[in-house]
Amino acid sequence: MTNEIVKQTLTDKFGDVLTNWEEPYGFLSFAAPAEMNLKVIQFLYDDETMQFRFLTDLTAVHYPDRKGEEMCIVYHLHNLVDNIRLRFKVYVPIEKPDVFTATQVFSGANWMERETYDNFGVNFVGHPNLIRILNVDEMDYFPMRKEYTLEDPTRTDKDDEMFGRGGTVA
Amino acid sequence: MSDIQKHQRSHIQLAEESLAKQTTTLNLGPTHPATHGVFQNILEIDGEKVLEATPTIGYIHRAFEKIAERRPYYQITPLTDRLNYCSAPINNMGWHMTVEKLLGIKTPKRVDYLRVIIMELARIADHLICNSVVAVDTGALTGFTYVFQWRELIYEIYEEVCGSRLTTNIGRVGGFERNFSEVAFQKIHKFLDTFPKVMKEFETLLNRNRIFMERCLGAGPISAERALNYSFTGPNLRAAGVDYDVRVAQPYSSYEEFNFDIPVGTTGDVYDRYMVRNDEIWQSFSIVQQALDKITKLEKEDPAQKDIFYAPEADHFHLPAKQDVYTKMEALIFHFKMIMGEIDVLPGEVYHAVEGANGELGYYLISDGGRTPYRLHFRRPCFIYYQAYPEIIKDGLLSDAIITLSSLNVIAGELDA
Repeated sequence: MTNEIVKQTLTDKFGDVLTNWEEPYGFLSFAAPAEMNLKVIQFLYDDETMQFRFLTDLTAVHYPDRKGEEMCIVYHLHNLVDNIRLRFKVYVPIEKPDVFTATQVFSGANWMERETYDNFGVNFVGHPNLIRILNVDEMDYFPMRKEYTLEDPTRTDKDDEMFGRGGTVA
Repeated sequence: MSDIQKHQRSHIQLAEESLAKQTTTLNLGPTHPATHGVFQNILEIDGEKVLEATPTIGYIHRAFEKIAERRPYYQITPLTDRLNYCSAPINNMGWHMTVEKLLGIKTPKRVDYLRVIIMELARIADHLICNSVVAVDTGALTGFTYVFQWRELIYEIYEEVCGSRLTTNIGRVGGFERNFSEVAFQKIHKFLDTFPKVMKEFETLLNRNRIFMERCLGAGPISAERALNYSFTGPNLRAAGVDYDVRVAQPYSSYEEFNFDIPVGTTGDVYDRYMVRNDEIWQSFSIVQQALDKITKLEKEDPAQKDIFYAPEADHFHLPAKQDVYTKMEALIFHFKMIMGEIDVLPGEVYHAVEGANGELGYYLISDGGRTPYRLHFRRPCFIYYQAYPEIIKDGLLSDAIITLSSLNVIAGELDA
C-alpha cells in the first residue's frame, strides 16, 4: 500500500474532481470541492483497500489572497492498518464558509470542528453543538483570521507610552 | 441589561429534571483539587450516578497558534514548553524535529540518542505524576510524595542540560545548545541506579493492592472502536487494546534502533490505564539504558564524537561560541541575525508527530518563506480525547468520574494551548 495506490484508487472513484495532488515530504495531499467532502471521507472510511478510519487532525488555514477560496479546511487522515497518512483539503469562500460536518463519521471531529469554528468562523453544517470552545463566548470576531492582529488595537487599559510605542512617542 | 449581563444569565439554564428536583446539577468547577488543571464540568447526577456531563474548557487558552505566527522559529520553542508542561522536553523536541523535517536537516546519531534520553526521562516524569495522582484521588498519598523525589532528580538532569526545570526550552533546531556536562551524565547514572528499587516499592503499594484494584477495575472503560472513533492516541488508546505508538509507526530520532515493547490493555478502564503507564515507565527506563550504552559505544569507536551535540547544517539556528562572537566579524553578524530572528526558512508544508506522554502530539507547519510560520497548528492529544469524557463517565458513579478524569491524564495546558 503506497501513496500511488491511494491516488489511483481515489482518481478511479472520483476522477478529475480531485485536484492539487501534491506530495510534500512524502505526505500525499489533495483537494476536493466543498460539497464533496463527506463523500470523499466516507469512501476513504468504508472502502476495504483504503481503510482511512482514523482522523488525526482537523483544522483550517486562512489565505486572504486566494479570492473565492480563502478558507482552507484541512483533514489529516491515517490508515492505521497499512500505516499511510493522507491530507485532504477543502477550499471555501470567506463570505459563505459552509462545510458539511464529519461528526457522523468520526466522533472525534466534534471538538476539532468547534475549535475551527471558534478560531476561523467556518460553519460546519449539521454539527450538534457548534459553539465557541476556547475563546470567551462574548467574542464576536474570529481571531485566527489574518485580518485580526495579535494584539487588540482597541484596548484602552494598556499604557504603551512607557514602553516607547503609542501615545505621543513617534 | 448590558450584553455581557444578558449573556451571563443565558448560561444559567438548568435542565427540566433538575428543576423538578429529580436530578442534581453539580458544578465540578474550574478550581477544584481533584481536577488537575483548570477545566469545568457541569454534571447532572441522580444520587451517585452521573447522567450527563458538559465540559467547559478554555480557561488557560493563551492563543499559541496566533502568537506563533509572529515569532521566529526559535522563539516558538518556549510556547511548545507550555503545552504539556509535565513533559515539556517532548514538546520541544517534537517542534525541533518538525523544523528539521521542513529544512531537510539530518541530525547526527549522538544527538538522536541524547534526545531519546531526554524524551524518555520526560515520559517517565509525566507517567509518574499521572499514576501517583490516580492513587491520590483514591486516597493513597504516600506513593505521590515518595516518587516525586525521583521526579526531582529528573528535573535536576534537565537543569544540568538547559538550565530550567519545568518549562525547559531544551535543545535547538538541529541538536542541543551545549554538550551534556559530566554532572548531567552522573545524574542520569544516579537515576538509573536508584530508580528501579523505588518503582518496585511504588508497585508493591498499588499494583496488587485489593482496595486500589476494586476501586479502579471497571471504572470509566472505553472500547477500542469508540476510542479509535474519538481519535484517541497514547496510553489511553493502548489501554483500550490498540497498539498504536508513533515511535513504532513513524520512527523519528533513531527510535527504530531501540528494543522496547508496547504495553497494551484490554478494557480501557482506570486500572488498565494505570498499568499501561506503569509498564511504559519500565520500557522508557530500558530505552534510557540502551541509549546510554549506544552513546558510550559511539564514543569508544570515535572519541571525536564526544563533542558532537548539534547538526552542522543547522548552524543558522545555533549561536556561535561567545569567544568567536566577540572577536570574529562573521560570528558577530550571525549572532545578531539569529537573535533578531532574521533567519528565513524555506516555504513548505509539513506535518510531524511525536509520541507525547499523552499520545500523538502533531505539529502542522505551513511556512511561506519568511522568518515566522504562516500557520502553525498543534495537534493536541489531550484536547482530542477529553471530548470523550462525557461518554466515558455516563451511567457511572461520581467517584468513578473523578478517578477517570485523573487517569485520562488531562493536562490543561495541552487542552487549551
